[in-house]
Amino acid sequence: MALQDVSGFQDTLMSHRWNTPASLSGPMGDTTPLLDMADERNLGWGRFKSSERDGGVPLRFFIPTPQSSVPFRCENRHASLSSLSTSSSPPTRRPFPLSHGTTTLAFVFQGGVIAAADTRASCSGLVACPSAQKILPIHSHLLVTTSGSGADCMLWERILAREIRLYQLRHGRRLSITGSAKLLSHMLHPFKGTDVCVAATLCGWDRCGPKLFYVCSDGTRLQGELFSVGSGSPYAYGVLDGEVQWSLNEEEAISLAREAVYRATHRDAYSGNCVDLFHITAQGYCRRDREDLREEYHRERERVLKRGKEREREKESEEDKK
Amino acid sequence: MKEYHYTGPVEHRFSPYSFNGGTVLAVAGEDFAIVASDTRLSEGYSIHSRDSPKCYKLTNTTVIGCSGFHGDCLTLTKIIDARLKMYKHSNNKSMTSGAIAAMLSTILYGRRFFPYYVYNIIGGLDEDGKGAVYSFDPVGSYQRDTYKAGGSASAMLQPLLDNQIGFKNMEGVQHLPLSQEKAVQLVKDVFISAAERDVYTGDALRICIVTKDGIKEETVPLRKD
Repeated sequence: MALQDVSGFQDTLMSHRWNTPASLSGPMGDTTPLLDMADERNLGWGRFKSSERDGGVPLRFFIPTPQSSVPFRCENRHASLSSLSTSSSPPTRRPFPLSHGTTTLAFVFQGGVIAAADTRASCSGLVACPSAQKILPIHSHLLVTTSGSGADCMLWERILAREIRLYQLRHGRRLSITGSAKLLSHMLHPFKGTDVCVAATLCGWDRCGPKLFYVCSDGTRLQGELFSVGSGSPYAYGVLDGEVQWSLNEEEAISLAREAVYRATHRDAYSGNCVDLFHITAQGYCRRDREDLREEYHRERERVLKRGKEREREKESEEDKK
Repeated sequence: MKEYHYTGPVEHRFSPYSFNGGTVLAVAGEDFAIVASDTRLSEGYSIHSRDSPKCYKLTNTTVIGCSGFHGDCLTLTKIIDARLKMYKHSNNKSMTSGAIAAMLSTILYGRRFFPYYVYNIIGGLDEDGKGAVYSFDPVGSYQRDTYKAGGSASAMLQPLLDNQIGFKNMEGVQHLPLSQEKAVQLVKDVFISAAERDVYTGDALRICIVTKDGIKEETVPLRKD
């Protein structure tokens, strides 16, 4: 827990590894090159290092050894992430697909930051969840939109939220959005080359005003004023690039974001269902109700039918005149 | 599940995974939760056991259903039980359903690079006594739902549940809250349908009903062919 960490409390329970099999457990106090740090949910950890710096990622990962080596040998405990990404034999093939496919977007304007996303979590052709939440609040002035693999995004955002909270407790002030983006990028760096897939946009408001960052697990970290991520992003960009300006007012910005997500869900098979919209100002974020886009499709269809009928009527009246 | 056609000489590599079939379902009501699973354990064309239920009781208010690879299901439930005991001894209280779900998410993600091939669904009561269902993917992504089907027949059952419990894609229907008797009957009907069309589902149905008075179990026979 954060309080335990800050006060330096040492938990005296035995530090058995509850997530790793026997082959990987070394003697106590074994500082392996595995990403170390006490995971407070893993009860019974003290801190391996006496320093307060958390250099690595606060979660223990079981890294499978390359296929060629004999399993359960002692050398296994030194298996590191580099062996995972550079080994010539492929890692154990997963017999199931992970969820992918989305449309998320965010842009900055004079009234703050708008973040919008669809709510479909798809898994190689099947809709795993029609009401996923892709925009997760970290704290009152920071949101993260998730894209890529669902589990990776969810867990990494939990880790990011924890690290930001720890920073706040240790230093007495909130980490800036720029700092948060850098933190996330550096935490993901050891996993470059593996199939962790996180493409997040951090939207927030700090002392320097509204900020928007795009952080990707391949190492990209960009600041910008408009980002759209996911399989539906080309369609969203098409709508946004023409219309986004600094001088939009709040309603225009919200309806523009909604329209962009709606068009992307219409054309992209992997995006759909509802649209979530968040708006961040200096006072914090506020969330609009989730809106089901099915009604919008019906309204659009009626509009198209009406236009078609009007055109026919005009044609008939022209022919009558002749 | 595998397609057979001639491809030339094939090199088989040892796969640490195997698919043992089975379907799990969970429904959350106003003050109850139901977790149901079939009891068939299969592998390829064989049936290993007709009496291997996939619901495991965790606490007095939480039941987990695990389907997929049976070896990983057993290990995962042992790890969860151990962590529950550790929590109970350190904190002097049982874990709530939400806490178990969050913990399971980190356990599963700890094996991101060699995942547990298990589709989990947790059903139980939350702190307010309302029914809660948490569904997981094999690497730890989870979400609270009202109903969820997982396992081999999940693609067949989920649309049926969407229609009957979620009232999706129906117009002019009154959205009545689900009573416990109606929910149990629906679960039985739904599994009978699943057994008709999915070869890995059948033999018997085990239903666990979680209420504030405890966990009640019921077994219903299904098709054995």
